[in-house]
Amino acid sequence: MAELNKAVSPTDSYPRWLHRLAVATALVTLALIGLGGMVTSKEAGMAVPDWPTTFGENMFLFPFSQWVGGVFFEHSHRLLASAVGMLTVALSSWIWVREMGGAGRWFGLAWIVAGMGLIGVRHQVVFIILASVSALVLVFCFFRMVGTGRKIAWWAMIAYCLVLVQGTLGGLRVTLYRDEIGIVHGTIAQLFFLLICSIALVTGRGWRRILAIPENPGIAEMRPILALMTGLILCQLVLGASMRHQHAGLAVPDFPLAYGRVWPATDGESIREANRKRLDPREFKPITANHVRLHMAHRLLAVGILGGLAWCCLVARRRTGSGSAVVRATDFWMGLISVQAILGAATIWSQKSAEVATLHVMTGAVCLTFGGLLTISVFRVSKPLHAAIRAAHVPDRSPVGVSSQ
Amino acid sequence: MKNCLFAVVVAVSAATAVADGVSGVVKFKGTQPAERALPLDPACGASFKKVNPGAKPTTRFFVVGKDGGFGDVLVQIKGLSGGPAPSGKHVLDQKGCEYIPYVSACRAGQAISVLNSDPVLHNVHPQPAVSGNKEYNKAQLPHGPALDFQYDQPEEFLKFKCDVHPWMFSYISVMDHGYFAVTDENGKFSIAGVPDGTYELLARHRKAGETSQKVTVKGGKADVSLTLELK
Repeated sequence: MAELNKAVSPTDSYPRWLHRLAVATALVTLALIGLGGMVTSKEAGMAVPDWPTTFGENMFLFPFSQWVGGVFFEHSHRLLASAVGMLTVALSSWIWVREMGGAGRWFGLAWIVAGMGLIGVRHQVVFIILASVSALVLVFCFFRMVGTGRKIAWWAMIAYCLVLVQGTLGGLRVTLYRDEIGIVHGTIAQLFFLLICSIALVTGRGWRRILAIPENPGIAEMRPILALMTGLILCQLVLGASMRHQHAGLAVPDFPLAYGRVWPATDGESIREANRKRLDPREFKPITANHVRLHMAHRLLAVGILGGLAWCCLVARRRTGSGSAVVRATDFWMGLISVQAILGAATIWSQKSAEVATLHVMTGAVCLTFGGLLTISVFRVSKPLHAAIRAAHVPDRSPVGVSSQ
Repeated sequence: MKNCLFAVVVAVSAATAVADGVSGVVKFKGTQPAERALPLDPACGASFKKVNPGAKPTTRFFVVGKDGGFGDVLVQIKGLSGGPAPSGKHVLDQKGCEYIPYVSACRAGQAISVLNSDPVLHNVHPQPAVSGNKEYNKAQLPHGPALDFQYDQPEEFLKFKCDVHPWMFSYISVMDHGYFAVTDENGKFSIAGVPDGTYELLARHRKAGETSQKVTVKGGKADVSLTLELK
């Protein structure tokens, strides 16, 4: 197993089937994000009014003949989410058993099995208790992960806890009628995808190639820039999720201008006028001034991210040399973000066509994940060098003979 | 005996006069925006054709009659309380994958009975915006039993929607008095039981905005014409 902190070479063997399982989980998760996007875009999130049952029946036995209209999207989303849940259970338990030893191995496995058994009870209160405990375990895992040599095991346990929390949030969004839960649900989906892709990265052959990249001071200097850009993209996705889960459609219907102006009016009369002119057959909720401001913040941050990434590409060239792997990666990232920006504009020009808006959501997830994986890789590649640079600048207060590492 | 008979005649006449109420028409002025086609699925398409032979399924944002009468406008007398008691349940039907009526009004506390005359599954999802009015989401099987709702807080244009068929929605105004009406497809309305006096008559349409006019009721009658202009 290629642990994050262990020295490996490109010729080392890697856990082929575990890696394939991680890749499969990641691909199904991306499809789930797409289907979730369709549910929101088609305004079908409430088409199945109950949860964890489907129209009072066990959701796995719900007849296909009744998968009509919005029910098709919402019910498919629930089934695909169950598939992601199962894949995550398999992946997490595999990694956990492989990486952990002693009592911890069996304790963690017991928690996974117990969680799976309780899901079979299919009562809302059981799910809520399970998700609450999962949230606590998740925090525990996060703190245990820091400074340990078995990071991937904790990542796997975090993924399992996240999938329980995420499923419960999706269900509660339906039964509690709360749009806010939808925003958290949409954001966790993106983070979960990043986590699963990270597991796929470090279990694969590519990770060994990354670790074989020669140390370079320039790569170490790229750390804060890449982390900052990934953080900005995450903020942008949170803004996007907030816009989508207001169920108010397009708060600003034109682009590149906004209601024919550089900055739209947000006074009461202008908002009333805008609402009167909306004639979409989906009859979204009325917009408010805050919806318009949120939309404009999303546009401004998009410009900021585009500019920031262009700068990032330039810095990568200067510090790591024009042909370096980091330069190729940042260039590719820039390309992805450019496609995402075009899709954002197309979402407006198509008056929020469900398909275009969903593609925008999926590409957003890919942009965040690519940035996250690039950041993780750069942090790992430059770790020894970074430590050396720090040691050269910070007086070593360790007792003689004790390594500061 | 003669006096008694006279009293009865006077009472009946007065009641008749009051029953005429405030009536009139709301006219539409401006350019009527084009309605959008509804993306019906095959089952709903067949149901719509059966209910509306020859008609095309479109949105119903602006219902304008031949003489410019403006339908689906909520008309009410401001400043009056009480009024005629509601008679029975307020009925909303789902036919041809559309809510019928599209815009209507009822009294606060009056039962709202939602029917499903369609051969397809719907979910009935009222989305109130006023505190105290509760959101529900209930499934309703094809030709299933009626679902009853009740709202106690006044709220204009309370949205009922179906998430199975996202183009299906309807608005019910919940009123805290009995002096209101919704215009028919020719823009005509009638508000019964209005006592003599001078009032403000308010007409409000979801997309075209609102207009108001002073109206004097004399002998239980008043005839009014209002115009809503879409700018």
